[in-house]
Amino acid sequence: MKSDIILLGHGSGGKLSHQLLDDVIIPRLSGVAQKDQNDAAVLTSPGGRLAFTTDSYVVDPIFFAGGNIGDLAVNGTVNDLAMAGARPLYLSVGLILEEGLPISELEQVLDSMKAAAAAADVRIVTGDTKVVPRGKGDRIFINTAGIGTFEHDREILGSGARPGDRILVSGTLGDHGMAVLAGREGLELQSPIESDSAPLNFMVADLLSELGDALHVLRDPTRGGVATTLKEIALQSDVDLTLEETQLPVSDAVRGACAILGLDPLFVANEGKLLAFVAPQQSEAALQIMRRHPAGRQAAIIGEVTGQSAGKVFLRTAIGGLRSIEMLAGEQLPRIC
Amino acid sequence: MQRKRIEIEGIVQGVGFRPFVYQIARLHGVRGWVCNDSRGVMIEAEGASLSLDSFLSDLRDKIPPLAEITRFDVTDCPLQGDKQFVIRGSVEAAGKTARITPDTHVCEACLGELFDPADRRYRYPFINCTHCGPRFSIVTGIPYDRDKSTMVDFAMCDACREEYEDPSSRRFHAQPNACPDCGPQVRLLSAQGQPLLEIDDPVAATAELLRQGRIVAIKGLGGFHLAVDAGHSEAVAELRRRKARDEKPFALMVRDLEAARALVRIDAAEQALLTSTARPIVLLDQVPEHGLSPLVAPRNRSFGVMLPYTPLHHLLLHENFRALVMTSANISDEPIVYRNDDAPQRLCGIADAYLVHDRRIHTRTDDSIARVLADRPMMLRRSRGYVPRAVSLSSPRPAVLALGAELKNTLCLTQGDRAFLSQHIGDLKNHEVYRALEQSAAHLEEILATRPAVLAHDLHPDYLSTHYAQARDELPRVAVQHHHAHLASCLADNGVDAPAIGVIFDGIGLGLDGTIWGGEFLVGDFENFRRAGHLACLPMPGGDAATREPRRMALSALLHAYGEDIPQLSHDDGFTDQERRLLQQMVARKLNSPLTSSCGRLFDAVAALAGVRQVVSYEGQAALELEQAIERGDGAAAYRFEIRNDGDLLVCDPAPLIRQVVEDVRAGHGPAWISIRFHNGLAQVITEVCRRIRLQTGLERVVLSGGVFQNRILTEKTNRILTEGGFDVLLHRQVPPNDGGLALGQAVIAGRRFGKKST
Ligand SMILES: [Fe+3]
Ligand SMILES: [Mg+2]
Ligand SMILES: [Zn+2]
Ligand SMILES: [Zn+2]
Repeated sequence: MKSDIILLGHGSGGKLSHQLLDDVIIPRLSGVAQKDQNDAAVLTSPGGRLAFTTDSYVVDPIFFAGGNIGDLAVNGTVNDLAMAGARPLYLSVGLILEEGLPISELEQVLDSMKAAAAAADVRIVTGDTKVVPRGKGDRIFINTAGIGTFEHDREILGSGARPGDRILVSGTLGDHGMAVLAGREGLELQSPIESDSAPLNFMVADLLSELGDALHVLRDPTRGGVATTLKEIALQSDVDLTLEETQLPVSDAVRGACAILGLDPLFVANEGKLLAFVAPQQSEAALQIMRRHPAGRQAAIIGEVTGQSAGKVFLRTAIGGLRSIEMLAGEQLPRIC
Repeated sequence: MQRKRIEIEGIVQGVGFRPFVYQIARLHGVRGWVCNDSRGVMIEAEGASLSLDSFLSDLRDKIPPLAEITRFDVTDCPLQGDKQFVIRGSVEAAGKTARITPDTHVCEACLGELFDPADRRYRYPFINCTHCGPRFSIVTGIPYDRDKSTMVDFAMCDACREEYEDPSSRRFHAQPNACPDCGPQVRLLSAQGQPLLEIDDPVAATAELLRQGRIVAIKGLGGFHLAVDAGHSEAVAELRRRKARDEKPFALMVRDLEAARALVRIDAAEQALLTSTARPIVLLDQVPEHGLSPLVAPRNRSFGVMLPYTPLHHLLLHENFRALVMTSANISDEPIVYRNDDAPQRLCGIADAYLVHDRRIHTRTDDSIARVLADRPMMLRRSRGYVPRAVSLSSPRPAVLALGAELKNTLCLTQGDRAFLSQHIGDLKNHEVYRALEQSAAHLEEILATRPAVLAHDLHPDYLSTHYAQARDELPRVAVQHHHAHLASCLADNGVDAPAIGVIFDGIGLGLDGTIWGGEFLVGDFENFRRAGHLACLPMPGGDAATREPRRMALSALLHAYGEDIPQLSHDDGFTDQERRLLQQMVARKLNSPLTSSCGRLFDAVAALAGVRQVVSYEGQAALELEQAIERGDGAAAYRFEIRNDGDLLVCDPAPLIRQVVEDVRAGHGPAWISIRFHNGLAQVITEVCRRIRLQTGLERVVLSGGVFQNRILTEKTNRILTEGGFDVLLHRQVPPNDGGLALGQAVIAGRRFGKKST
């Protein structure tokens, strides 16, 4: 019998499991014929260094404006590989499904994963599916791991920032976090906000090949937003950074929603943005490279590395004061009295 | 014949103490010597026992005006047979406890010389003596000596040196002693910071610019002021525009008491405060016919007024201004500008000219602000003129450096049984202010020669003062709950080391349960506390945004009192329907809407509901304007809170009060009507809760602390009703009830806890 929701039996390893794999998952993700399925994917090593990363995705809701958990899981891992300076090649996919998940929703998620993989030019080569009882999960959790290779011998590390470097962001801040929040809470926003979930590997490839040694740091500002990511880089590189508030690209919709919600776009998550630290002479060139790509149209130079050794991040505010930006201990708690 | 050694500690250096000793020694025919050491003053006196006795009694009783003695030890020693009494040079001793005095208003004797055409210092803006002048702001180290102050830049001329070395002179060892021939000079600079050479009297030229309506940055004692003629409306408006300061009142400086009386009412206690040597800004009620620009203090019934405190100020104010606006020279939340070299850059676009001088300010120090409350002075900002005077503690404790709050930051370093609060530092989110915290901590440790054994900080993990404490990871730390610190601060302020009921009403502070506290009834002492009651919690939709926008708290209060179907009020809160729906959604879904029991936020809610203010442009504005809405004789009617028990907590729910406000607004009553009923309601609920806590605990002592108790009407009313009810009420006196006094409380709590642990 065919069910239209996920049953515990889909995770039993028996017939139902095979049905789910053969009818729903494999055709969508890899298309490997049953007779070619083995315990491990066998890949040809391209030689040289490899990049290897993994990430788990637990977003609520699983569908939101501008994407869903599927493309998020692909883009997130693709971007993590790209931020290391690697070219993403292969992904694995681990699915943890909650009993009762409509199969149609699973199909939609898988379709998005496939499309995202195609867009990023990576192959999903191996995977795993588990089912957990109702209430023991939240609809669907996805883990992806990825392998990438290097087409250059440079090291792109968080510790690479140098005094004088310009800080670039590839587009507007906070779109993903606000889209997910609005979706989860059912907020009626003035203007809709879409997630920025997108692959950044092609933009990174261009930056790498055209900027050469002038490209010092790449990082995608996901959880904790641009502020938290920059603070991490400042600490890793032992440098001080100064951001210009007036240069931060924020869409009107995100700005408006953040104002009402009392949130700071600098701390809101992104899923299709990168931060780049570039030597000053090459910063304009870097900006032009970013803007060539669809995900980089709103790219901007938002600040620079202003000093050595303290690991501090400052924001020069619109009225000219210097505010220091710190990581939050937990949730944002009110501070002003 | 006898010989005594006398060791004196306290504020005994730089205050004319040695000349005083010299003079009384000569008077009584006593021989020997006196000298400064790092601990204070040391004397050896030899003479007939009767002479020695009268010498010693004068030594205790007739000390110079600025001196303060904390230790006075007399021991016998062998005769030496000195021929005379002499003043010896300084010696450094191990302890280094000698005290630096606060900066002090120019004394009458110096003022007499300033305006005496025959005097060699006629119109010299840096005239001073051992009884007056700059101290804390120019001291770079101890012991206090000219070469440990910024006066090291100036070599005294012969005439000055003679005074300096003459024990009978008022200027004997007056470290900042100077005259027109050898001392600091004033200069007038253009807007670009270039010297205006053609001017021969920079003070007169400055006065002329001010009369023309120009904005002049004037370097004073602890930093620069921006000055304009307060009677010149366009000038005041232009200053507001350039400073981007919409509504926060400007401070005024007037020539003398008579000039002040033309602007404000002054009672005896206020006069004493206004003319005290610290010369704070005093908040005073305006007289209706003051004639100044309404933009000096928009929507405000009082003016912050101070009298001139440096010779330069006296010279300027003698140019016949009714009043000068003298506001701290800074932009937004930056610290006050205090250095010549960066003034033109940091005040670029604001000042039309700069009246500067070349006596460096080592430690920037803002003007202090005070008011008279319940017939006695209460500090609102304790800085110039008070710092670094100590608060006496009831018992010695380990050296604690307490790091204060996030806004209105001050530090406190304890040394034995004394607590030294720093000057006002400010809002730490501004990085320059944060650096000032770092510098001030180092400076305090330097001039007190005390390394802290333990650091005290607020419980809030994101306060930058907490970050500072964490960064000094070689020292143990004690985290102190915000309102417990307020409670302890008020106890220590009053010299009481015993349990009390703490009514702690303020803006916000992180509570033990992760909610935001601020309307608290605590029972506690220097070591422990428990929460006995609080105002009912309201959501703050948008977190800090709800502090900037009282209208958010109004909406929150309405949702609390009415549920989903909130009544429409006629006044415009500026929200679109869509925004209002979103905010309602946030509250319903607990989205970035932390719960708070804050009384400050309740003030905001009522102010917004009464149509007084929807969005604030400075901290505490809505509450201040609500207080100021009250007119004389508004009566004793009171809104009601519902008090209920929640476990062993007494919860004061404002829901009935909110509904009464709404009904009164609908009935057409204005802010004055609503405000007095709200104030009365608060005073009553405080008293009722205190009665119930007294029944449980037997405690009669009540501490009123937290920023809300800067509110004169509420504080005086509550104080009166509680006192009538048999309570022993303690109000703040030496340190502010707001977060500017927090560090003192943190220090005593950490000192007590750490002291216990280490013994
Ligand atoms: Fe407080
Ligand atoms: Mg990741
Ligand atoms: Zn004097
Ligand atoms: Zn001289």
